[in-house]
Amino acid sequence: MSNTFYIVAGWIVVLGGSAAYATIVVLRGRALSLRVPVERRRWSSSSPNLPGPTDRP
Amino acid sequence: MTTELHADSIPDDRPRPGEGTPIDSGPHSTGSPATRALGIAVLAGFAMLAYLGLAGTPEDQVQGELVRLLYVHPQSATVAYLGCFFATTGSVMYLWKRSVWWDLVAHATAEIGAVFTAFALITGMLWGRPSWGTYWVWDARLTSTAMLMLLLLGYLALRKLPGDPDVRARQSAIVGLLLVPNVILVRQSVTWWRTLHQAPTLSLPGAQIEGLLLFTMMFGFAVFSGLFLWLTIHRFRVAWLARQVDELAVDEAITARIAEGTPR
Repeated sequence: MSNTFYIVAGWIVVLGGSAAYATIVVLRGRALSLRVPVERRRWSSSSPNLPGPTDRP
Repeated sequence: MTTELHADSIPDDRPRPGEGTPIDSGPHSTGSPATRALGIAVLAGFAMLAYLGLAGTPEDQVQGELVRLLYVHPQSATVAYLGCFFATTGSVMYLWKRSVWWDLVAHATAEIGAVFTAFALITGMLWGRPSWGTYWVWDARLTSTAMLMLLLLGYLALRKLPGDPDVRARQSAIVGLLLVPNVILVRQSVTWWRTLHQAPTLSLPGAQIEGLLLFTMMFGFAVFSGLFLWLTIHRFRVAWLARQVDELAVDEAITARIAEGTPR
């Protein structure tokens, strides 16, 4: 096989794989966000009155 | 032993399932204006990198056209190292602070590290076949990278085990501590042992990489770093949402248990 095959295959693995992984992450996020109330969709919480990924007591 | 649950055992400030803002409101994604802007910049960067890497740069005097694989192979490895670094940092911080936030950072970045370690291994094999005449050799760099891949897969498998989330997070964090030492082993393997894999190209004495080739390589590192940041933000948010779903299920189970025990 020519070098072109290995070069193209390598680029397809990285670019295609990155695109596929990114798509999976985004779609999973969309599916999960439908199941979580908006007040729990906080990525960081500084308020003790709101649930969030805060430190355990 | 069974434990009786009472309605007043739930803190008043904690929203009960079904209360609060309806699930239907708010954005249904892990994106934000900032991540969208970053995503567009990364996409544009990859388009530019693909042009430069596949057509815009001349071939190398020694490696010929195969140098075009080196615009994605070391960059993938760098993202893998970044993932491992943040996974170990998250693990250390979790063990120190017992912070869920750090546990989720470790989880998100370890998964990204595993994906890009796989890319680095595959692109390395595709470069090795025409260069060395073989896809694989039990060379110190390749073997230590394979060990890193197995360690990352073990870490991710551990995170999928059922059980108490805190116990699982602690066990995962202990495994996560091993990632950075393994990365150091991978990184230094080419200087500690005689290997078929070349020494670090950019810091190699007498290495001559310059002009557009050097620019394309460095541009690739920047684009891949942007991708790592974008993926980390989204993957962290997914992990956080998954944890919320688990907690909601526990809340619903507690509510159902209280309803069962309430006299009619």
